[in-house]
Amino acid sequence: MTDLAAAKVAADALPDLPRDDDGPVFREPWEAHAFAMALTLHDRGLFTWPEWAATLAEEIKRAQAAGDADLGDTYYRHWLATLETLVDRKGAASTLMLDRYRHAWDHAANRTPHGTPIVLQPQDFHD
Amino acid sequence: MAAPCDPQIAFTAAANGARYSTYPRSWAYPDRMTGHHDDHDHHHDHDHSDLSETELRVRALETVLTEKGYIDPAALDAIIQAYETKIGPHNGARVVAKAWTDPAFKQALLEDGSKAVGTLGHVSRVGDHLVVIENTPQRHNMVVCTLCSCYPWEMLGLPPVWYKAAPYRSRAVKDPRGVLADFGVSVPTDVEIRVWDSTAETRFLVLPMRPAGTEGWSEQQLAELVTRDSMIGTGFPKTPGAPS
Repeated sequence: MTDLAAAKVAADALPDLPRDDDGPVFREPWEAHAFAMALTLHDRGLFTWPEWAATLAEEIKRAQAAGDADLGDTYYRHWLATLETLVDRKGAASTLMLDRYRHAWDHAANRTPHGTPIVLQPQDFHD
Repeated sequence: MAAPCDPQIAFTAAANGARYSTYPRSWAYPDRMTGHHDDHDHHHDHDHSDLSETELRVRALETVLTEKGYIDPAALDAIIQAYETKIGPHNGARVVAKAWTDPAFKQALLEDGSKAVGTLGHVSRVGDHLVVIENTPQRHNMVVCTLCSCYPWEMLGLPPVWYKAAPYRSRAVKDPRGVLADFGVSVPTDVEIRVWDSTAETRFLVLPMRPAGTEGWSEQQLAELVTRDSMIGTGFPKTPGAPS
């Protein structure tokens, strides 16, 4: 399936996905990355869209219980949380490992001067 | 907040020390830079990059899933590129169209880009140092970033993938006319071509010339003619009646 066809299937399976007439739209670049990762993992059979939608609904419920105002601009924040939950549940990437890499990227960014590539290196990891 | 700057991303696998292939991205990670930029004079080199919590989480996911073979960065880029015109608020076209119809706004825009854009209520996050440069019958402007592909994505949406490619960046400075020819853009030889080199703090937006035959058009109609490439100087606005 082509990427765009796959995206159309995803958009149709997820009625709340921000979109225009052509398909998904994104407010910030990271949202497109989060979307593309889900599309890729779905293609690999890690989850079905109904399964994704159920997990996403749980994330939204949880966020609302925690005081999320749900102004419509938080959709991809929930999407990102759903990705993290599902990759952990499916054994693709544990929460522990994601935390470790998140800290490493933060460390890498902090020691990287402006205008140079941020490169993740062994010394960025603290175990 | 300082302007986002886009370092090319690369990473080294921590587990086994093996260097993975570099990871040129098709988009500008909206890295938030703090303090002053290490400019071309290298006066400030103690400043560092800063990523938001959300960006860190996205990068962590991408890195782990790539290392474990669940995702292929090239495939991810292909998907993201398919949406390059669908990312970000694309405020640039509206700004250009307003400058074409409102001389006072145009003057303010050329004097202080960030401030003028800030007066348009609907435009958020334009960055601190947006410099707008005007194309004239005598001069064509083109923007490049030889340093780190700084790119005003809030204004233009996602950068084209070639914008960050090393050949584009170095050739644009040495041979701008040749690069433009590659894009199918022909600038008359009596028109000067000026290349502007973005830095993390200064980002440029080209104000293209208003196409002929658009007298009496509304801002909204005009905005439809403004392409991303026309605002980085590697293209012209669409002309009325031409197929898009």
